Amino acid sequence: MFIEITDIQKQYLDKDNNPLNVLTDINLKVEKGEFVSILGPSGCGKSTLLSIVAGLTKATSGEIVVNNQKITKPGKDRGMVFQQAALFPWLNVMENVTFPLKKEMSKKQAEDQAKKYLQMVQLSNYLHHYPHELSGGMQQRVAIARALAMNPDTLLMDEPFGALDEQTRSRLHGQLETIWTETKKTILFVTHSISESIKLSDRIIVMGTKPGTILQDIQVDLPRPREQYKKEMLEIEEHIMGYLKKEIDKVVSEELANASNT
Amino acid sequence: MHPTLKRIIFFTSIIAFWEIGSRLELWLPIILPSPTMVLDALVTGFEDKTLIYDLVASFKRLGVGLALSLLIGSALGVLLAKSKTADETIGTVILALQAVPSIVWLPLAIMWFGMNETSVIFVVVLGGTFVMTLNMRSGIKNVHPLYIKAAQTMGSRGWDLFVRVIFPASIPHVVTGARLAWAFCWRALMAGELLSTGPGLGYTLRFASDFGNMALVIGVMIIIGIIGYIVDQLIFQRVEKTVLKRWGLES
Repeated sequence: MFIEITDIQKQYLDKDNNPLNVLTDINLKVEKGEFVSILGPSGCGKSTLLSIVAGLTKATSGEIVVNNQKITKPGKDRGMVFQQAALFPWLNVMENVTFPLKKEMSKKQAEDQAKKYLQMVQLSNYLHHYPHELSGGMQQRVAIARALAMNPDTLLMDEPFGALDEQTRSRLHGQLETIWTETKKTILFVTHSISESIKLSDRIIVMGTKPGTILQDIQVDLPRPREQYKKEMLEIEEHIMGYLKKEIDKVVSEELANASNT
Repeated sequence: MHPTLKRIIFFTSIIAFWEIGSRLELWLPIILPSPTMVLDALVTGFEDKTLIYDLVASFKRLGVGLALSLLIGSALGVLLAKSKTADETIGTVILALQAVPSIVWLPLAIMWFGMNETSVIFVVVLGGTFVMTLNMRSGIKNVHPLYIKAAQTMGSRGWDLFVRVIFPASIPHVVTGARLAWAFCWRALMAGELLSTGPGLGYTLRFASDFGNMALVIGVMIIIGIIGYIVDQLIFQRVEKTVLKRWGLES
């Protein structure tokens, strides 16, 4: 197995120093080249899980092995795309994309590499623009090119299209699918959108809250592109909704309880 | 009406009132010399090159003083941002020192270094250092955590992370710090020169005052004001604006 997540637990201490279970008993295996979505309501710890795989957050216990290497810190073998593009505003598009390449190759090589991936996200004409001159969707595409430019085996995406409008999001879905087919990356894709996860992924990991656990592991076997299988996609959506309904109700009733307490 | 036009009308009427008042002898020239007298004093000053020597001398001190205060201020700022212990000890002292106008250090400086260039530069350095320190500190403390996370996933850490991400991300604060440091240094320099030795704009101001040459006093005041305005408005504000825009902090 390419990614092996074994018995991950994550606890935070709340402000009264009581331990708060964010993730409990997370076990997950992902094959090389698989596109896996992690789906769940807000607060289920899906972003925390991705952050642990990235090496940005330490798990309380358990271990993660990617490509036979135990994860202890962030590394270039795992490119990460965040909900906000997180481009460096003082660098232009080209400089942002070559940022991770500075040490390992010549300037010329780095720029060629960057151009290749910027072309993949159709931004070849914006090499010398600064982030503040680009739209949200374009910034996110630069961020994807930047992660791809390191040529990582794994791409970790934390609600990468969550802040974009519906039209842009749908176009980027198409682009991401193409990129995935061309580059054969293993993708872990965190989202709270059921339809997004069905449209994109081979497998959907459905998570529940309080504590964050894996509820269901759903294989999506529809051929791509999936736009033509509206009916089948809807069936899967209803199937997943069945699992998530309870979880969402749980979140809502808790929020209502909190609201009435304050 | 165009703002420039408004300004021209405003300044013309003030100067006209001032000149007419002087000619009608509403006040004595020793109290307030007329604009033409001020202009004469300035022309003489530039013709015999005393004002040029003053400008060169003042700018030399300012250059050295400001450069040192930016360097020391940045280094201290980084230290305070990175070390909690330093912040809790040195940080408190700096907050207190920042409330002290740097010119009050002059008597001590004269005892330590003598009545010379070094004393004035010392006062100028103290004038700018602390405000630079505090801005550098908050610049580094306020770097968006997302930038750091993103850089870490791209294999950047330690010194590389500082030089390529944390420092550039704090540039908007650095620019503000430098602008305030310049303003404080400029004021400290004039005060230092007034109370210390020449050549220099402040020294010539006191010299002129001692000889009752009020036209030259006003002339030097005007030079000080114009330089302050030019550096602040035409240099620092522009740089600040460009940086804020680039860093996405202002549309």
